[in-house]
Amino acid sequence: MLIEQFNPLEDKMIQVMDENGEIVNADLMPDLKSEEILELYKTMLKARTIDSAALSLQRQGRLLTYAPNLGQEAAQVGSGYALKKTDWAVSAFRELGMWLIKGWTIEKIFQYWYGSEWGSHFGEEIRLLPISVPISSQLSHAVGIAMAAKFRGESDAVIAYTGDGGTSQGEFHEALNFAAVYKTPNVFFIQNNQFAISIPSSKQTASKNLAVKALAYGMPGIKVDGNDVFAVLAVTRAALEYAIKEGPVLIEAYTFRMGAHTTSDDPSKYRTDEEVEPWKKRDPMLRLEKYLLQNDLLKEADIEHLKTSFQEEAMAAYQSIEHTSDTEIEEIFSHHYAEMTPQLEEQLADYLAFVERSQR
Amino acid sequence: MPEITFREAIRQAIDEEIARDERVFILGEEVAQYDGAYKVTQGLLSKHGEKRVIDTPIAEEGFTGIAVGAAMVGLRPIVEWMTFNFSLMAYDTVVNSAAKMRYMSGGQFSMPIVFRGPNGPAEYLASQHSQALQSIYAHIPGLKVVTPATPYDAKGLLKTAIRDDNPVIFMEAEMMYNLKGEVPEEEYLIPFGEADIKREGKDISLIVHAKPLHMVLKAAEQLEKLGVDAEVVDLRSIRPLDEKAIYDSVKKTNRAVVIDESWPFASVGSHVAWLISRNCFDLLDAPVELVSSEDVPMPYNHKLELAAQPTVDKIVAAAKEVLYLK
Repeated sequence: MLIEQFNPLEDKMIQVMDENGEIVNADLMPDLKSEEILELYKTMLKARTIDSAALSLQRQGRLLTYAPNLGQEAAQVGSGYALKKTDWAVSAFRELGMWLIKGWTIEKIFQYWYGSEWGSHFGEEIRLLPISVPISSQLSHAVGIAMAAKFRGESDAVIAYTGDGGTSQGEFHEALNFAAVYKTPNVFFIQNNQFAISIPSSKQTASKNLAVKALAYGMPGIKVDGNDVFAVLAVTRAALEYAIKEGPVLIEAYTFRMGAHTTSDDPSKYRTDEEVEPWKKRDPMLRLEKYLLQNDLLKEADIEHLKTSFQEEAMAAYQSIEHTSDTEIEEIFSHHYAEMTPQLEEQLADYLAFVERSQR
Repeated sequence: MPEITFREAIRQAIDEEIARDERVFILGEEVAQYDGAYKVTQGLLSKHGEKRVIDTPIAEEGFTGIAVGAAMVGLRPIVEWMTFNFSLMAYDTVVNSAAKMRYMSGGQFSMPIVFRGPNGPAEYLASQHSQALQSIYAHIPGLKVVTPATPYDAKGLLKTAIRDDNPVIFMEAEMMYNLKGEVPEEEYLIPFGEADIKREGKDISLIVHAKPLHMVLKAAEQLEKLGVDAEVVDLRSIRPLDEKAIYDSVKKTNRAVVIDESWPFASVGSHVAWLISRNCFDLLDAPVELVSSEDVPMPYNHKLELAAQPTVDKIVAAAKEVLYLK
């Protein structure tokens, strides 16, 4: 109902909890037990703690280029929490909170940013695709996976992520068009964090919002407050249910990237502190913390305790993979094909002989 | 042995593999209701139904990406590109997704997918619709590339491609669809990486792949009239490449001409010519020659388009150079 009723042309967005942690739309509040609400909070806090640890490690030269997540935890965790285990999640590259829910371990996540392809060897029980760097290329893959689910008569859905900038790609159009024509069980989830590296959404599109783009494809589009974890969860749950029964849905989660695009980026070159300031008050963690404190689900003291334990968990995970994750030279030849070609075997032998000669 | 066309050979391979394996399906523009732009998939929709034979909107990047997603979760798609000219719209998906996903996942995700359609110059189709693109695909690690030139090879290689767990680029040609050849009724497979000697000879090796094979066989007949016994090596598969077959032939003849209808710069032909020069240096009695298309976009004018491609005369002339025959 929620999905069909929403009209993106009115340019509104769905909110359940406001900036003060007050429930402003009780009808849409997801049916959650206290432990589940706490789990949402802990996952968001864990994501934020890992994110901050990863940034420090990158600055120390112990991780490679890293894409920070600060400020987008509600969009990631709320959408990830709506998935059942057998649903697939197709990543862009800034979905840390969702990854944790999907079961990508902290060790493997660090391994990925450390530069080891083993980081993206999740194991078959974890229905997650590796990060796909060409923007929005992953959306068509998601349609293919959803088609395969239909092909096999399985009732799983596929959520695929992109950003505001990703909606400008031709592949965004092609994937949404295919999904709508084939009525595949897809949810396309845009984390509209307002900036594609330096380009603001206003220069990305002339549409009044991003959800409205869905209408042209003949699918519902819905805009949600991306910093409100309850609203994101409610909308994504409804969208997944709709996708399995009726066909694809586009969600725009309206949020803000508090940090840099990646560790190679300096946002002060393209946006002012005045632009960032109002979003500090809309922080998704702060909002949920207020809710939890007001409802006696959490004490101030718990917060620090949790932060410390997540920080310890993150650093222990990092230490377990540091140095041990350097890929062996053989491995760069061994995973191109199901079996090595004669040319690859020859190249590997040549390379090893070269190394041996140069070490003499 | 029954004689069938190149088109029928490909159709048989698709038909048999769809029937054999419930994970196999074909998708592309016009493949279902219209029976294929070149009628390769004729009758397959009525036989196998719309779950296995799927018409797509006109969006090469989109349906190629969909096939990649489906292959990652265990289906075995065959993507028909109406021609390889249009595959350029999907090139990112092939290079960055299909060819790399296994590598990027530490070997977790397989990519059992075939990309097929006609490649190379046809007739009266001009620059955007008549070009040989095997070199840009063969350049990419993670892909396999095969270029059959007879109905027998087409069927055997396509069945192998569909059963392969890697992405395979399978290149046909408009000008070969009506070509007839013997194809056995019983099942057979042709492994990748095995060249085929299409004509045995001892004086010169003519090394070729894809449609120009037929020009090369004519050139060999002309050379025979000049008293030259040419050997014709059909590479059939470019990646993996049967280097041994090339070197064995050159060892015998000490002279080689490589024929490739793609452009000369950084091409399959120039690579093969380099391999021979590098690995058979002491065996060669003359520098290796390359006959390619001229380094220009395909002209629309018919006389000019023929002039821009390899021809029997160009091949004979190159052979005579290598044989020091005036």
